[in-house]
Amino acid sequence: MADKTNKYDILVIDDEAVIIEAVKRIATGEGFKVDSSLSAKEALGKLLETEYKLIITDIMMPEMDGFQLLEELEKRKLKIPVIVTTGYSTVEMAVKSLAKGAIGYIPKPFTLDELLSIIYRGLEFEKIDKKIAKEQFNVTDASIIYVPCPPKYYRLGYNSWINIDNEGSVFVGVSDMYLKTIKTLKSLTLRNFEDNIVQGAICATFEAEDGLIHHLLSPVSGMIIEPNDKLKEDITLIEKDPYFEGWLYRIIPSDLDFELKNLVSCSSDRI
Amino acid sequence: MFQKIRAKLIGVIAITAMIIVGVFSYYQTNSEKEALFNIVKYNGNQLSEIIKMSLHNHMLQNQRERIYEVINRIGNSGEGVKKIRILNKSGEVIYSSNADEIGSSVDMKDENCYACHAENKPLEKLPILNRTRIFKTETDSSRMLGIINPIYNEKSCYEADCHVHPKSKKVLGVLDVTFCLKIADETIEKSRLTNIVLAVVSILAFSLLIGFFVERWVDKPVRELVEATNRVAIGNLNQPIKYDGKDELGILAKSFNNMMKKLSEMRVQLFQSDKMASLGRLAAGVAHEINNPLTGVLTYSSFLLKRAKDNPELQKDLEVIVRETKRSREIVKGLLDFSRQSTPKEGKMNVNEVISNAIAVISNQLKLHNITLKKELDDDIPDAAGDANQIQQVVLNLVVNSIDAMGGKGGTLTITSEKISLVPYGVKQIKQATCPKGHNLMDEEHKIDGMPSIKLKAKSSTNEGFIHLDPIYGRHRHHYGIQFKEHEIVKLFCPVCGISVVDEKETGEQCGAPVYKIIIPNQGTLVGCTKYACNCQKWDYIDSKGKQDYIKIKISDTGCGISEENINRIFEPFFSTKGQKGTGLGLSIIWGIIDNHNGKISVESKVNEGTTFTVQLPVNAQV
Repeated sequence: MADKTNKYDILVIDDEAVIIEAVKRIATGEGFKVDSSLSAKEALGKLLETEYKLIITDIMMPEMDGFQLLEELEKRKLKIPVIVTTGYSTVEMAVKSLAKGAIGYIPKPFTLDELLSIIYRGLEFEKIDKKIAKEQFNVTDASIIYVPCPPKYYRLGYNSWINIDNEGSVFVGVSDMYLKTIKTLKSLTLRNFEDNIVQGAICATFEAEDGLIHHLLSPVSGMIIEPNDKLKEDITLIEKDPYFEGWLYRIIPSDLDFELKNLVSCSSDRI
Repeated sequence: MFQKIRAKLIGVIAITAMIIVGVFSYYQTNSEKEALFNIVKYNGNQLSEIIKMSLHNHMLQNQRERIYEVINRIGNSGEGVKKIRILNKSGEVIYSSNADEIGSSVDMKDENCYACHAENKPLEKLPILNRTRIFKTETDSSRMLGIINPIYNEKSCYEADCHVHPKSKKVLGVLDVTFCLKIADETIEKSRLTNIVLAVVSILAFSLLIGFFVERWVDKPVRELVEATNRVAIGNLNQPIKYDGKDELGILAKSFNNMMKKLSEMRVQLFQSDKMASLGRLAAGVAHEINNPLTGVLTYSSFLLKRAKDNPELQKDLEVIVRETKRSREIVKGLLDFSRQSTPKEGKMNVNEVISNAIAVISNQLKLHNITLKKELDDDIPDAAGDANQIQQVVLNLVVNSIDAMGGKGGTLTITSEKISLVPYGVKQIKQATCPKGHNLMDEEHKIDGMPSIKLKAKSSTNEGFIHLDPIYGRHRHHYGIQFKEHEIVKLFCPVCGISVVDEKETGEQCGAPVYKIIIPNQGTLVGCTKYACNCQKWDYIDSKGKQDYIKIKISDTGCGISEENINRIFEPFFSTKGQKGTGLGLSIIWGIIDNHNGKISVESKVNEGTTFTVQLPVNAQV
């Protein structure tokens, strides 16, 4: 990869020119180098010669859609983080995007802040990924950089996780990788007792030290029976122990069997 | 004209009456005729005998002049007696009222003489009935009755002084009297005419009477039925037949009205399903298309907002743009949520709890509007299958509508819940089906009324293809991929392995054709008839479970009501009577949610009296 002469920070793929222009305007304003492509096919061609740190792609495009692009990237073993955006902004789209390997999902229309938050998160992800690759850690050793989710857990992309307890209730939390990409956590907004959360919809909002707001997408649907009140007293708990003490909610899932299909088993990560 | 029932009935009845009356009068006339002739013959014989007796003495005394005189006087007395003559043994006319005949001979082979001289040997006794004959002297004259009266040789004859007749002779001669039958014939003719006139009159009267009642009992109601079917054909399902007789046609009219009502309900539901589906696609398309330009507006305006930090006035304006664009984003999101309120999350819910939760949210509003809430919830209802959130949304929306309908005037809001039971036939959806070898027969691609169908390979006598069976047990909206002849027995196979699903040994109860058997995993077997267009199905497993339970929720208000013309449109997307206040999506979303729960929603309303919404939800998800 290092031998590629052309280097960009971001590749934007969308069949609508106005989206490309808008993303370019905002990203270049932050000092990023942005390339663009009006189709996924064209983008795949560009990937052969050019190095990108992050891809932002639309889903519904003629010829090849965003999901097919994600599959193609995985087939070619190109480990570039992908952020998916779409005008058909439903929770199903969000879940499907993350399940197919996107690191983030941003529904259209978005504001400048929303876009920047996810770009920074994506670029941070790339940095961590590269670091692991550079030092040639295997997965277990990588835990020096971030802690992977424990076995028997399930995760939605690298965003959030669940752990099914013996009583049929489910613990919901945020993955360490997600926390690493938002860097230092400043504050956290949680939902309340008896609120309902929906798989693929926002379930918690994190504010980072740098002022960026990040939204966490819920891994399952259900009713909150216990928000983790300890986090109110000590927000660092979540960073210290994201998989156990730093859980966010205990919920009664409403459709776990069906929704599990969209989640990745953390046990299989370790093979 | 003769195609009409009335004409046909009158025709048949007239012909039948004609035959009956005709045969009757024929026999009647004949018997009258016979009776009359017998009387005439009897009288004739009597007369002949009287003449013979009155001539007896004159003959003994051989007073020929006297004999002439008597014969002439009686023979020429008038209409009745036409001719009197006496013939001797050799056929010679000795005396006659017609003087010209005297001396002439009669041939013994003549039909007058045949009765006695058939075998050349004269009879010695002639029975009275054989003495008469009927003939016509000329073809256009009246009929005549001839009576032959033999004059036997009696003791007084051969012992008379003249000794003209020896004792050995048995018959001396014949007295032949001829009567004219004109009067008798005229009487018969008259009576026949009377009979014919009576027959015609009675047939006419009969036909008229039948015609009148057929018109009243058959024609008129049939005409109304025909008009009604024509109305249905052009799509008017709202005008019932007025005929309300208690006869078969009255029952037909009643069931026709019932059918129209059902059809009209079904049409509304179907129309609604269809519209919802196309609206869903439209909404998805619109959302996708609008979100792209909205992204342009939102990103640029938020970008500008960030750069306008030193210009508070500009910042304020830009804030408006950002805020309003965000609002548009929420509207589009609502549209999208509407378009994909597809599958409800499976789960169990206590409908009473759902209602109570919805009311808790809105109780302040109720108080503000002076609305009295009456809760009539049945505590014993079972949990229903479905998405509690969605149903809560339904209840909440209906309550909000009721509050709006009652305005500021206040009123009463009544919410009831109860359990009802309905038969599964025509309601229960088949969600899984396999062939005997366990291959899945459900076809997700081919849907009937939005539900995956049961796919089978079918062979007719001439063709082969696929049949998609209606997944609703007993509803029979099957989709036939190939053509069949009427009442053809269809051969059915598993589309995966080709094994026959027809059981030749078993035949259907109704039409006697072999049955197909489809395995419903864990729920027995669905048995149906293989005769094309025969609608019988049996699913013992489900039938044995009896009626299915539903939870019925009723929400009634005492508000302004919904007018006739609006009530059929209230579930249509974008239909609103609230003007700028509503989007017109509320009730259509509700409809979609209930439809997705395999439930039903209906509405009844009277202007200025109030409105009642009724929701039915199945207790078990598999219904």
